[in-house]
Amino acid sequence: MSNKPILQIKDLKVSFQSGKKFVPAVDGISFELNEGEILGIVGESGSGKSVTSLTTMRLIPSPPGKIENGEIIFEGKDLKNISEKEWRKIRGNQISMIFQEPMTSLNPLFTIGNQLMEAIRLHTDFSKAQARVRSIELLKLVGIPRAEGILSEYPHQLSGGMRQRIMIAMAMACNPRVLIADEPTTALDVTIQAQILALMKDLNKKTNTSIILITHDLGVVAEICERVIVMYSGKIVEQGDVRTILKNPQHPYTIGLLKSVPDLRGKKDRLYSIPGNIPAPGTLHKGCRFAARCSEVFGRCKDESPELYKMKNDGHEVRCFLHTLKEGSDEHVGVTS
Amino acid sequence: MGGRRTFVDLEVISQSAKKVKEQLSRRPVLCLSGVTKALALFLANGKKGVTSMLTYTVRRVFSLIPVLFGMTLIVFAIIHAIPGNPAQVILGQRATQESIALVTKELGLDRPWYIQYFDYINKLLHGDLGTSLRTRGPINEEIWPFLAATFELTLVAMFIAIIIGVNAGIISAWFSKSWFDYFAMLLALIGVSMPIFWLGLMMQWGFANELGLFPTTGRENVRDPVNSITNLYLIDTLLQGRFDQFATVVKHLVLPSFALATIPMAIIARMTRATMLEVMKSDYIRTARAKGLRMFWVVYKHSLKNAVIPVLTVIGLQTGLLLGGAILTETIFGWPGIGRYLYDAILYRDYPVIQSGILIIAAIFVLINLIVDLLYVFVDPRIKYTK
Ligand SMILES: Nc1ncnc2c1ncn2[C@@H]1O[C@H](COP(=O)(O)OP(=O)(O)O)[C@@H](O)[C@H]1O
Ligand code: SF4
Ligand SMILES: [Mg+2]
Repeated sequence: MSNKPILQIKDLKVSFQSGKKFVPAVDGISFELNEGEILGIVGESGSGKSVTSLTTMRLIPSPPGKIENGEIIFEGKDLKNISEKEWRKIRGNQISMIFQEPMTSLNPLFTIGNQLMEAIRLHTDFSKAQARVRSIELLKLVGIPRAEGILSEYPHQLSGGMRQRIMIAMAMACNPRVLIADEPTTALDVTIQAQILALMKDLNKKTNTSIILITHDLGVVAEICERVIVMYSGKIVEQGDVRTILKNPQHPYTIGLLKSVPDLRGKKDRLYSIPGNIPAPGTLHKGCRFAARCSEVFGRCKDESPELYKMKNDGHEVRCFLHTLKEGSDEHVGVTS
Repeated sequence: MGGRRTFVDLEVISQSAKKVKEQLSRRPVLCLSGVTKALALFLANGKKGVTSMLTYTVRRVFSLIPVLFGMTLIVFAIIHAIPGNPAQVILGQRATQESIALVTKELGLDRPWYIQYFDYINKLLHGDLGTSLRTRGPINEEIWPFLAATFELTLVAMFIAIIIGVNAGIISAWFSKSWFDYFAMLLALIGVSMPIFWLGLMMQWGFANELGLFPTTGRENVRDPVNSITNLYLIDTLLQGRFDQFATVVKHLVLPSFALATIPMAIIARMTRATMLEVMKSDYIRTARAKGLRMFWVVYKHSLKNAVIPVLTVIGLQTGLLLGGAILTETIFGWPGIGRYLYDAILYRDYPVIQSGILIIAAIFVLINLIVDLLYVFVDPRIKYTK
């Protein structure tokens, strides 16, 4: 894995119109995806993960959505001012995406073959026959045994796991550089979930496609990611190496998420969940956004909002004031926003 | 960016492509489009697809028998619901006893009702719709030119309504809240609440009288009548190579068909817009866009096919309504259709004609419903044949 970034997001801010106001759903997010890397983004539902990923492909419904600020740099090229036509050449070709809902993400009225071949022929000059051959090859790549037969079937004839495999095949149709998977396993049961994750890891190795894996389950991240970003209420609250974060989480939110990972050995009877709810976007906030739910909350949390603080470990950053207590000083070692 | 693409093994692909091509040449049906594609689908699925579709169709047709039977009962009851002697009512106040007796006998009204009904059904099954009291001619022969005229007008009107209505609805949904959307939906609102006779009269006054663009009434130039073969003049004139007459027929069609198309067009546009807006929110539309598909195809391929079922329902209903409800339009534009035929029959109290006319219109209505139901199955693979 090289450390060359293939995709950079800089200070992204996306808002949604609600009444006359624009309410931020993603509020100043910056991160990089390196070539060949699997990057995890975790956070509870509503923290802005899907908005981030859809914005990366310029697929935010607008109105009501609006990209207020930020740069998306793909392979060194700023995508800010490119035309819709150029976007179409990127979508599904250079950057592709799969979604949470395999049951509804395929068009019910067209055969699998039709939808797969459409994805292929859109970005190549393959004939129908060539596209058909490539489809079968793709279906085999994602581990579908009777590939030829499935081409003439309709989505409703297949299980959720099968459909997600087909979504992945479709996303991989043109060997994309980046695959964004937005909660690809959330709707699937545990065994199928493990299979799909293994498949993605396998594809990542075989094709060197960089993957952004979005999930609300740190367990999934632990399984296949190298780096992880923890999001809360439209902001990054912690990021770093997966091993570091799993072993030495700094943000109380990350610690809460870790506690709520389902225990595979089934020792715990009831799943832990962080008390309280994510604040609705647009609610006025002074101080740390997590303060209302934080077990460690102290004096300054309610008045000031913490910036991302660089920990000693390479690349580990936390948006929390706790380090000031530990070090007994108010000074940040380094600040990034 | 483009030079990077290295597919797994291009040679393997081209080799297997050859194989596929060979297969294709043995089964050339696979790469056709449109209606033949559907046929090809049946063939590709083997006999199973064909037979299940066939049995479904046959079953649906058989299920219509009780409906049609019920309709004959109702239509039969029309004449028997008349209090007193129907012959007296038919002939009016000043009828002589002899003529009343004659009509009573002619209509067989002196026999018990069940014998009459049995006789009626028996004749129907032999294609005999009875005899007109006014012209003394067999109704099944007389009615055909009128029916064909209505058919032609309705088909043209529905064609206009569907093409304009569906597209207006699609574009309104695609660019929702744009000026086009507001304007089209305002027009549609006016359209659904438009009194058609008023619109028809205004069109006659404006386009026919003032501007002289189109003829006011009729179906053809009476000084140069069309030689009828099928009684569908658009076809008849073409069959005979009379393009001048064809143009005249088209000109005669414009005003009545647009008047007739107004309400269905407005309803179809609103329905299309509503379902398209719903469909375009769905996940598979997001998937289609994430593929890099251009918006035109996202809308006209992925969205439209999903929106088509509710729209089909409306189209079926409206076609049925037009076939039966064209009386006003046909009267205003002097269109010699089934509406006019019935209207005259009512004026003359020509009961056998009224009976048969209503029966035929009802049967067509049922038939259109059947066609729409069969189309559903065609569009949506999730609908089971075994319903
Ligand atoms: N289409 C939309 N219209 C209005 N608000 C939206 C829309 N999509 C997302 N949002 C807002 O953005 C916030 C973040 O949503 P999302 O990115 O879907 O969260 P996540 O994927 O992390 O669960 C939501 O709380 C919601 O208020
Ligand atoms: S800054 Fe304060 S409230 Fe926010 S997470 Fe840290 S300790 Fe909790
Ligand atoms: Mg989401």
